[in-house]
Amino acid sequence: MPLLEVRNLHVCVEGREILHGLDLTVNAGEVHAIMGPNGSGKSTLSHVITGKPGYQITAGRILFKGEDLLALGPDQRAAKGIFLAFQYPVEIPGVTTMNFLRTALNAQRRARGQSGYSTPHFLKRARTVAKQLNIPQSMLKRGVNVGFSGGEKKRNEILQMALFEPVLCILDEIDSGLDIDALRIVAEGINAMRSPSRSMIVITHYQRLLNYVVPDVVHVMSKGRVVKSGDKQLALELEASGYAQFEDAA
Amino acid sequence: MDLVLAKAMPEDKANAERAVGNVFAAAHGRLPGAGRIADIRARAFEAYERVGLPHRRVEEWKYTDLRVLMRDVLPLAQQPDAPALRRAQAAVEQSAFEPAIKLVLVDGMFASDLSDVARLGKGVDVGTLREVLETSTSDAMAGLVLSTTADAMISLNTAMATDGVVMTIAEGRVLRRPLHVIHVATASSASHFTRSYLHLGDGAHATVVESFVSAETACGYQANNVTIALVGDQASLSHLRVKADAADAVNISSEIIAVGAKAKLNLFNMIHSGAVSRYQGFVTLAGKGAELAVNGVNLLRETQHADTTLVVDHAAPNCVSRQNFRAVVDGAGRSVFQGRIIARPEAQKTDGKLTMRALLLSDQAEADNKPELEIFADDVNCGHGATSGGLDESLLFYFGSRGLSENDAQALLIQAFLGEAIEGVANENLRDFATAQTERWLKARR
Repeated sequence: MPLLEVRNLHVCVEGREILHGLDLTVNAGEVHAIMGPNGSGKSTLSHVITGKPGYQITAGRILFKGEDLLALGPDQRAAKGIFLAFQYPVEIPGVTTMNFLRTALNAQRRARGQSGYSTPHFLKRARTVAKQLNIPQSMLKRGVNVGFSGGEKKRNEILQMALFEPVLCILDEIDSGLDIDALRIVAEGINAMRSPSRSMIVITHYQRLLNYVVPDVVHVMSKGRVVKSGDKQLALELEASGYAQFEDAA
Repeated sequence: MDLVLAKAMPEDKANAERAVGNVFAAAHGRLPGAGRIADIRARAFEAYERVGLPHRRVEEWKYTDLRVLMRDVLPLAQQPDAPALRRAQAAVEQSAFEPAIKLVLVDGMFASDLSDVARLGKGVDVGTLREVLETSTSDAMAGLVLSTTADAMISLNTAMATDGVVMTIAEGRVLRRPLHVIHVATASSASHFTRSYLHLGDGAHATVVESFVSAETACGYQANNVTIALVGDQASLSHLRVKADAADAVNISSEIIAVGAKAKLNLFNMIHSGAVSRYQGFVTLAGKGAELAVNGVNLLRETQHADTTLVVDHAAPNCVSRQNFRAVVDGAGRSVFQGRIIARPEAQKTDGKLTMRALLLSDQAEADNKPELEIFADDVNCGHGATSGGLDESLLFYFGSRGLSENDAQALLIQAFLGEAIEGVANENLRDFATAQTERWLKARR
């Protein structure tokens, strides 16, 4: 059984259809890259899989380990192991990063019937992972993403991914706004989490990230559909020839 | 509300005023003080009678129409008997915290057996209003304690006050323990009136907490309390007030404070229970270089109505004032913040800021924010801002996507929203005390 199965997905926002019958199958352990021009529906797909309000699913279904996801709230999907690294992580003044991480992690664990981590156990783990991602301790004491640079916000997303140990990671333009060094740190963080039981969907505009995080499958999205799928060579072709050739195909 | 008012006004107004007249006449023999003091009371009552309960056409009360919300003034509560004091004790134990010194008023009467007067240190004198009015040979003191303003509810309090706490802290004295004035209501369908007084000598430091609570069975009562405070030059006062009245109670609190030169005043006011609550503060920054920080929190649900009204009068140069109000309104609650900064002609270099923010959690929730500046000096730096809105959907989704339930996500965001106001409480123990109150409110919300 595939880990994620998206079938004939039609999605509207405020009466306008954004996804027009999208299909996608991701098996356990695979890394899929989704590329495509602005406005092709890549972020919409990530939002619909994670349960963001404001989207009307007019047809189709999304199955996670064979179970219908659309009936579940965002928190229930998170507890099942679905994680979205946001393209634009939000700033939350007044909630410290550490408090947020611990509350979220323990909420997920309890929803799965596991016991919550004790504070010392959690702190030890959070500090270890933060160090690997080159995140200073002082950042963990600040409000979530408040005053963080673009690169720091993205690293904070990867920190959460590493702590929560999700089964399906969706990375929405994790490379945007990163310089070469930050990109390498983020990519190393992602690669460290690759495993036969964990799948990833990497949404990006650029081939560059895929030099570091090498995908098993590459999809091209255009106008709300997957118009072509292939191996990592497809990303290189796109880099050379652009998206224009797919505009007509859609 | 307008309909009710229009329909009920003519008859009700007459009824309400007749009821108050009866209440004063009935209470007359029970009010301490004779001679000049009785005259002050009679004049104050006349002043009240001329205008009656404040209503929406009185600008200062336009959002809190007591003719609708209170309708009439209930008879004065009986002096608490032994069973009442026992019931009060349970409520006192719940709200007391170490290492504060308890000063307890039950149904408007000082309860020495429930208080810790014996634990007071050197340089701190605590007496009762009753003593001052009955035994003091100093008319000046009595006049000061019973001083009044044009506000009708303060006039009514001057007329009706049965007791209160009179605290005097000597010059230079630094209090290690907070003074905790606990107002307990045990009587139902009755009113009580207290008048307290605080004099903080020059250079003295003190923390005063006022809690308003009720014994288990008390309901439908009306509390009217006034505090007069004088903060000496270079003195420092932290004053925290938490209103946790019975769900159907009315509580009108007024405070008149004068702050001396280079003195610091830190006020925190929280209303999270009671049907109708108003806190009105009149703070005069009377001495050069005085500093005021006010933080206020209204936490409302169902049909609760809470009003925080503060007038900050910069009457001397180089004074600083910061007002920071936060309201969280659920159900059909209504929160009112009125803040006014006055800069008198002589108050050059005034630095005044006023911020009010309301978080509305339901479609029926209402927040009325009214900031006002009255500037008569030409070299000042004053500003205000007011916002209201719901919880940010994108933040809620971020939390949800991290596994937090909608309730938990809301609770975290509400705590964060209130955090800035609570951070303004100077004393760490009191910050924890305030945080615990918000956590209790959030828990009850689920």
